[in-house]
Amino acid sequence: MDTFLGLDALMLARIQFGFTIAFHFIFPALSIGLASYLAVLNALYLRSKDEAYLRLFKYWVKIFAITFAMGVVSGIVMSYQFGTNWSVFSDRAGPVIGPLMAYEVLTAFFLEAGFLGIMLFGRDKVGPGLHMFATLMVAVGTAISATWILSVNSWMHTPAGYTIGENGQFLPEDWLQVIFNPSFPYRLAHTLTAAYLSTALIVGGVGGWHLLKGRRDNHGVRTMFSMAMWMAAVVAPIQVFLGHEQGLNTYEYQPVKVLAMEGHFETSEEGIPLILFGIPDQEAEEMLYELKIPRIGGPILGKGWNASLEGLDTVPRSEEPPVAVVFFSFRIMVGLGMLMVGLGFWSLWVRWRGSLYQDGWLHRAALVMSPAGLVAIIAGWITTEVGRQPYTVYGIMRTEESVSPIGASAVGTSLIAFIVIYFMIFGAGILYMLVLMGKAPEPGEEDAEGDDGPIRTGGIMASSKPETTGAQNAPAE
Amino acid sequence: MGISFDLTVAWALLLAFSVYVYVVMDGFDLGIGILYPAFPSKEDRDLMMNTVAPVWDGNETWLVLGGGALFAAFPMAYAIIMPAIYPPIIAMLLGLIFRGVAFEARWRADSRFSRKFWDWAFIGGSTVAALAQGITLGALLQGIEVDGRQYGGGWLDWLTPFSVVCGVAVVFGYGLLGACWLNWRTEGDMRDKARKIARILGFVTVGFIAVVSLWTPFLEPQYFQRWFAFPAALQVAPVPILVVAFVIFLGKELYNESREWLPFALVLGLFLLCFIGLGVCMWPYVIPPSVTMYEAASPFKSQLFMFVGTIILVPIILGYTVFAYYIFRGKIGHGDGYH
Ligand code: HDD
Ligand code: HEM
Ligand code: HEM
Repeated sequence: MDTFLGLDALMLARIQFGFTIAFHFIFPALSIGLASYLAVLNALYLRSKDEAYLRLFKYWVKIFAITFAMGVVSGIVMSYQFGTNWSVFSDRAGPVIGPLMAYEVLTAFFLEAGFLGIMLFGRDKVGPGLHMFATLMVAVGTAISATWILSVNSWMHTPAGYTIGENGQFLPEDWLQVIFNPSFPYRLAHTLTAAYLSTALIVGGVGGWHLLKGRRDNHGVRTMFSMAMWMAAVVAPIQVFLGHEQGLNTYEYQPVKVLAMEGHFETSEEGIPLILFGIPDQEAEEMLYELKIPRIGGPILGKGWNASLEGLDTVPRSEEPPVAVVFFSFRIMVGLGMLMVGLGFWSLWVRWRGSLYQDGWLHRAALVMSPAGLVAIIAGWITTEVGRQPYTVYGIMRTEESVSPIGASAVGTSLIAFIVIYFMIFGAGILYMLVLMGKAPEPGEEDAEGDDGPIRTGGIMASSKPETTGAQNAPAE
Repeated sequence: MGISFDLTVAWALLLAFSVYVYVVMDGFDLGIGILYPAFPSKEDRDLMMNTVAPVWDGNETWLVLGGGALFAAFPMAYAIIMPAIYPPIIAMLLGLIFRGVAFEARWRADSRFSRKFWDWAFIGGSTVAALAQGITLGALLQGIEVDGRQYGGGWLDWLTPFSVVCGVAVVFGYGLLGACWLNWRTEGDMRDKARKIARILGFVTVGFIAVVSLWTPFLEPQYFQRWFAFPAALQVAPVPILVVAFVIFLGKELYNESREWLPFALVLGLFLLCFIGLGVCMWPYVIPPSVTMYEAASPFKSQLFMFVGTIILVPIILGYTVFAYYIFRGKIGHGDGYH
């Protein structure tokens, strides 16, 4: 068989998809959160005329512009990769998921792109009302985008509303059932909340950093830290709850995935244990060094204390996902989720004691936790997607039947190109974001327009309106 | 059946429309990158990028719509074409990454080295994307080997002299669009230089159009029939005649200084004619010479569901796109940046 560095074309295509989507999703997660945060900041500024909100808007909008651009270009890769690497899947599932993705383009991508220019560069050109509207449209667009793509993804986990045609294609029967397939509401809620929470943690981390640097008098720094800690305190517990609900839903539709997440190789007769930790050995079908709490697994799965559970030992090997990956990634996500809840409660306590801006340990914790949301998101997706294996359309179409008829050398070459270029280009982009975050938001903060950035220096101004041009062309910095 | 027949045609036209809109919108902004080497100074480059910064993302979205509509309305064609042109598609995607990130990163770069790097990322990314798009077009025209419902050829089948010529033609064509855009949107020295470049690129592009047009009919008997068999050829005869008329008009306007938007519009018209010419060749195939649009079409239900949304949403999208362009209208001067 044709291989590249010992890997076959299927494995290479899977690695490539996983790598590119993991990179892609980091950026939209931040865009979704920041777009809404910016809309809130702008609205607060317009209502209260408090300069700190405007300052924060101008500060974060620069970071938003970078993450957005990276989200767009890495997303275009995703939309073409269905065809390039998963062509059999595309041919068969296209009639069902293609229209949903087309709707995503029509209702979300155009909306975001159409109003992005006005949001970034148009504050002084269109007036505050229209600028607010544009900012809102970008925020709404990111959420609509998530809605459609998660519907598509959920359909692959819990397909509904279709029949199979004689040419092997999935044919739509009932669009409402396709879109609102059983796992979609759960996944949408959990993922959107994940995006907001991750963004809050990053904002909080940046705030914590500047507080640690002694910038306590900076009104902008205080505001962002406080807003982020409120978010963490309120949203993290909600996220745990939503995750739990999603787990129950998954147990109903993809029980094997839940067995892998929880590491149940063995059938439990009288009471289901909760396995906290262990090292799964899938060949031997057993959990090594197992650390477990007896019986409480039952109530967690919505069953009794004495319930029984058929383990992976009742599932044919060919139907099992790679257990170790699912088991560990799930633990990373849940563990980080618990830490986020802890951070939220801690901040409430410190706030109540009145030392939110003084408590260095809280600021350090916020700083350390700032990437935790993004890590949890990736871990969550790995749990979800690897747990779906060996299927692309769960229970119906296997991954090995989905792949394009291209040789391993072609896929291997493209995979290496993606890895090198993603680390180089997106690495540089992330570095620029970090540099921006490393500076504190100062009074009179320049936004993307006044800053020495694209457009910037008033370049795009119509010469027919020189008066507006002059007004905001204070030299950068 | 009667209706589904029409819907497939409607989708073929809509798909062609979105690809054309993509060429119209992203062509000039890729062209800006292609022209960067001709404008070495930092000020000029800043200015050039500023002319497209607020709109490039929207422009590129038409490419996503083109891919998405192909996937949704003709999934089998999407599934065959994409693996067939795997290397150029990957190259295009990577090119778009370089240039897309350059839009933001170029302004954040603080050393001479990094600024140079992003300039070249912008140039290289734009050029590679244009080249890959042209090669894709050429590869489609010259025909793709099909096996059942899947691609049946090797991974370098797309690479032929014809496809490479098409690729280079598109690079020059986008460069021409970019030059005409600058001629319209900038003033002074930059405009004069852009106009000079446009004259040269106009010449080269027209040459390439001629070569590709004369070569294409010999690729497939069907294409030859369409253009040269009487009496059907009479129906398509206006296309080449109009092309000649547009070329003459364009040549004249590039020496006329008064209506600066006109060369840009004329080039778009010229490209539309080329596009119609392609349609004449390929109809009713999506993948010549073996898969027709009917064979590749997704079922009626899928096409209808999308169609309803598309005819409502596309006018709205065009509306706010025009609005965004309107807000950022007018000439963009050098000095604007340095008050
Ligand atoms: C900030 C991010 C974040 C945090 C803190 C959590 N998750 Fe999560 N989780 C995600 C981000 C995420 C995600 C990225 O949004 C996933 C991946 C796919 C999905 O639908 O949501 C996900 C998937 C996911 C799944 C898999 C669903 C499936 O099988 O399809 C379960 C069961 C949970 N989560 C449960 C939890 C629990 C019990 C958490 C808390 C203790 C938790 N998640 C915290
Ligand atoms: C929402 C739309 C998504 C769709 C339609 C989708 C679909 C797919 C497909 C077709 C594959 C390849 C076949 C396979 O190996 O399963 C895959 C694998 C994978 N996806 Fe997703 N995915 C989506 C979102 C995500 C996201 C957002 C992430 C992570 C950030 C992700 C992570 C992965 C990983 C890690 C794999 C490799 C797993 C493996 O092959 O064992 N996916 N997904
Ligand atoms: C395989 C799955 C995916 C594909 C094919 C895909 C495709 C795309 C494409 C083509 C773009 C660029 C749009 C433009 O030109 O403006 C994009 C951006 C975006 N995507 Fe994805 N995407 C996928 C997964 C996801 C997921 C899982 C989410 C969210 C839950 C998401 C949310 C977004 C958002 C919000 C944007 C806007 C740009 C940004 O905010 O950075 N995408 N995606």
